[in-house]
Amino acid sequence: MPVATINDHLVQVDEEGFLTDYDEWNEDLARVLAAQIGIELTEDHWKAISFLRSDYKLTGETPTLRRVTTVGGIPTKELFVLFPKKPAKKMAYIAGLPKPRGCV
Amino acid sequence: MTTEIPQALIPKFEDDDTGRKIAFICSKGNLDMAYPGLILANAALGEGVEVHLFFTFWGLDMISKKHMDSLKFTPLGNTATHMPQGLGGLPGMTAVATSMMRKQIASIGVPGVPEMLEQIVASGGHLWACRMSTDMQHLEMGDLYDAVEGIISASDFIEMTEGAQLLFI
Repeated sequence: MPVATINDHLVQVDEEGFLTDYDEWNEDLARVLAAQIGIELTEDHWKAISFLRSDYKLTGETPTLRRVTTVGGIPTKELFVLFPKKPAKKMAYIAGLPKPRGCV
Repeated sequence: MTTEIPQALIPKFEDDDTGRKIAFICSKGNLDMAYPGLILANAALGEGVEVHLFFTFWGLDMISKKHMDSLKFTPLGNTATHMPQGLGGLPGMTAVATSMMRKQIASIGVPGVPEMLEQIVASGGHLWACRMSTDMQHLEMGDLYDAVEGIISASDFIEMTEGAQLLFI
C-alpha cells in the first residue's frame, strides 16, 4: 500500500491517491487534498464533505451523488458547481474516503 | 505547512478536457430497457462527459408525460427470466412482473424513470425527442417531460453529435 506525506504526516493511500484509513483524515488534510485538485474549500464545500464523512461512518460506504442530494439535501446542480466535472469522486477524495461503488 | 504528495498519487480528475461526448439513442419503451441508457448517461455525466439522449420510436415513452412513470416489463420473449415462456402470456403476468421489477430496482436505491431523468438534467445532460416518432404518435412539446429541449429530426441529431461516441439501446 503506498504512503504519501501530506502536511508532514504519513497517510495510507490507494494506488490513485485516495486515503484508505478513515481516521487518518482531518480538516487540515482536506484543505491540502482539495488544493491539490484545484479546489478552495468554502462553507458549502464543507457541508458536502461533512455529509460524506458522517454518511460513510453510518453505512460503511461512500455515498453516491444521488445520495448526497436525496439524503444530504445538497442539489445535484450545486455539487457540479462546487466540485466541477467529477463531483462524486472529487468529494470522496477530499473527504478521505474511497470512490463511491454505487452506479446511481 | 509542507505538502509532498507524489504527482503519481494525485487522482487525475481533469482528464476529460478532451471534449468527450456520448450520445445515447433510446429506442425502447419497456421498463427494463429504459434503465441501461439512463444509468450509463448518469454515470457519464458524473465523469464530466457531455451527454445527449435522443428518444425515438418506443423510447419516446420514456419522456412522454403520459407513460414515463408507468413503463412495463414483460417476461415474454425474454429467456433470461428463466421462466417457462407460456407463463409470460398469462393474463395479469405483465403487471406482476412489472411490480416485481420495480421493487427490485427500488431496493437497490435506484429511482423511477422520471427521477432518473431529473438527475440527468440536473447533472447537465440534454434530452431530445425524435421528430418522426412524435409525428407518428401526434405528440407535441407539451406532451413531453418538461426538461426535453426540443423535437429534432434525425439529421439534426446526427449534426449535433458530431465527434460523439454513440450508443443505440
